[in-house]
Amino acid sequence: MTTLLSVRDLRVWLDTARGPLPIVDGVSFDISAGQVFGLAGESGSGKTITALALLGLLPAGARTGGSAILDGRDLMTMRTAQRRRTRGREVAMVFQDPMSSLHPMLTIERQLTEHLRYQLGMSRKEADERAVELLTEVRIPNPEAALRGHPHQFSGGMRQRIQIAIALACEPRLLVADEPTTALDVTVQAGILRLLHRLCQEKDLAVMLITHDLGVLSALADTVTVMYAGRVVESGPTAQVMGRSRHPYTRGLVDSLPHPEAADRALVPIAGEPAGPESRPAGCAFHPRCRYMEPPCATAVPPLIRIDDGREMACPVDPLVASLAR
Amino acid sequence: MAFVLTHLVPGDPAVANLGDRASADPVAVRIYREHFGLDKPLPVQYFVYLGNLLHGDLGESEQSQRPVSTDLAEYIPATAELAITSIVLACLLGITLGVIAALNRNRLSDQIIRVVSLGGMSTPQFWLALVALYIFFYKLSWVPGSGRLDAIVLPPPHLTGLFTIDSLAAGQFDVFANSIQHLILPACVLAAFNMGLFTRFTRSAVLEVLENDYVRTARAKGLPELTVVFRHILRAASPPILTVVGLAFGNVMTGTVLVENIFSWPGIGQYSYRSATALDLPAIVGVMLFVAIVYILVNMVVDILYGIIDPRVQLA
Ligand SMILES: Nc1ncnc2c1ncn2[C@@H]1O[C@H](COP(=O)(O)OP(=O)(O)O)[C@@H](O)[C@H]1O
Ligand SMILES: [Mg+2]
Repeated sequence: MTTLLSVRDLRVWLDTARGPLPIVDGVSFDISAGQVFGLAGESGSGKTITALALLGLLPAGARTGGSAILDGRDLMTMRTAQRRRTRGREVAMVFQDPMSSLHPMLTIERQLTEHLRYQLGMSRKEADERAVELLTEVRIPNPEAALRGHPHQFSGGMRQRIQIAIALACEPRLLVADEPTTALDVTVQAGILRLLHRLCQEKDLAVMLITHDLGVLSALADTVTVMYAGRVVESGPTAQVMGRSRHPYTRGLVDSLPHPEAADRALVPIAGEPAGPESRPAGCAFHPRCRYMEPPCATAVPPLIRIDDGREMACPVDPLVASLAR
Repeated sequence: MAFVLTHLVPGDPAVANLGDRASADPVAVRIYREHFGLDKPLPVQYFVYLGNLLHGDLGESEQSQRPVSTDLAEYIPATAELAITSIVLACLLGITLGVIAALNRNRLSDQIIRVVSLGGMSTPQFWLALVALYIFFYKLSWVPGSGRLDAIVLPPPHLTGLFTIDSLAAGQFDVFANSIQHLILPACVLAAFNMGLFTRFTRSAVLEVLENDYVRTARAKGLPELTVVFRHILRAASPPILTVVGLAFGNVMTGTVLVENIFSWPGIGQYSYRSATALDLPAIVGVMLFVAIVYILVNMVVDILYGIIDPRVQLA
């Protein structure tokens, strides 16, 4: 199991009405080939911005810091032209909303082959053959006819499969899937997730699966990183982070999930609202909503500390962390 | 419609066309009226006119003493050449500037383009025409000031009636160069307003498209920026641009009256001006008919293009 992408202390400032604000505030994680890496956290915690930073697709006026090493090369300090060549070929991305992420006026063929032809220099015929292969791979029925179609002729789930096919076209090594099932019906979601899982195993592809729904990750992800207000609060193997979550925030997320064996058990949502980047509390950003809050939480940002079971977490109140920190 | 409107105009065409002779010689007036059928009641005139129209007969111009259709056939190609050139110029410049402005929103280039486009839209056409003539013809002598060709240059063999195209088809490159020289100044003057209009529309249409997720998808594929702009952004922004380009044919038709007169361009604009001042009713109706047909054709083409650009639009 080799590390494909190593992100260290990633920081992003975005231009807002109130000037530049830190949206991603020192995030670190590793992604391995052939594995599903889950990035979780409530909406607004900075997951999408983290992903866009990796692809170099941040909105205008963004500033970045830290490093993201892929194959010994730092994505964050690459030149623009070189960076563009990594897009699609090394790191590809599937976006949340399949309704708006495909160009409404271009044929599926055009959208599926234009980067094959540009990036890999394929002829039209080669690209078309590859396109049929890709559509078959993501289980689009009747791929030849689908190529001639336009996005509006497909359902949401089908469009999401087409998006995945587009992302896979140039055989990237990392596929970033940002909430790929959030906009879909529950019945369709499982199919898309199974598809991602299968691709990951068959192609030795690394998948970065971004979601606000921890439930999506439990069956699928090998490792999980949980973000809150632009920082990592807990990360590690899925079994540890989700099965025996320690950080109060992760536990809150897990408790707010419907339970498969006890469907009638009341869900416990986390109290309070997530902190926006303009009103981020000092210290641990989660402390105003935390049941275990103690005075030190409000003063210093807790560092991520590795505990012996392979997880890292940032909570000064946790007895294990406290004993290690001492 | 055109027929009724023109006949509501107060004024006696016979008097207008015969001038002083009308008051001096009542017989001439009567002969004139009989010749053009003006002595019959208006509804009769109308049905006679409609009947002739069905045979492609637009009547006879009181000024040129030729069938109106012959006049139109002579003048339409000149106007078509001028109008199409000006629209093409306005599209090329306006759309390019609009895209640049949108992509550099609120930066210096956007501000400069804003000034240029507002300038193009707010400068009176006659003033622009006179200044352009003064500078490029009178001061610099870069271009000839009037007509479609120098007097000593023979028109190319008739094919479309557009001298630029006909001369190229005949391989007469000197004639082509000469016709371009004559064409460029009036076409630019006629294009100024639309250039500004297209710039403003393109800018706002592109800004709207930029917000869309599929633009990010295109960038995520690693496509070069020019491909993203032209294939993805401009394609999506084109329906509103197309609408305004279609509407622009209207103001170009109006603009030709002034521009053709200033630049002595022998086209429909000049013809309609002459006919209007002479109350040459058959000619005026013919011109109006021509303008109406242009409107209908442009609308049809725009509708068809909508369907081609955006597959979600179903042709009704
Ligand atoms: N273009 C932008 N300009 C300014 N702030 C933004 C922009 N996009 C996102 N943000 C802010 O960044 C924060 C994180 O956003 P995002 O990464 O989309 O969250 P997530 O994907 O975890 O739901 C949010 O608080 C949001 O308000
Ligand atoms: Mg998001």
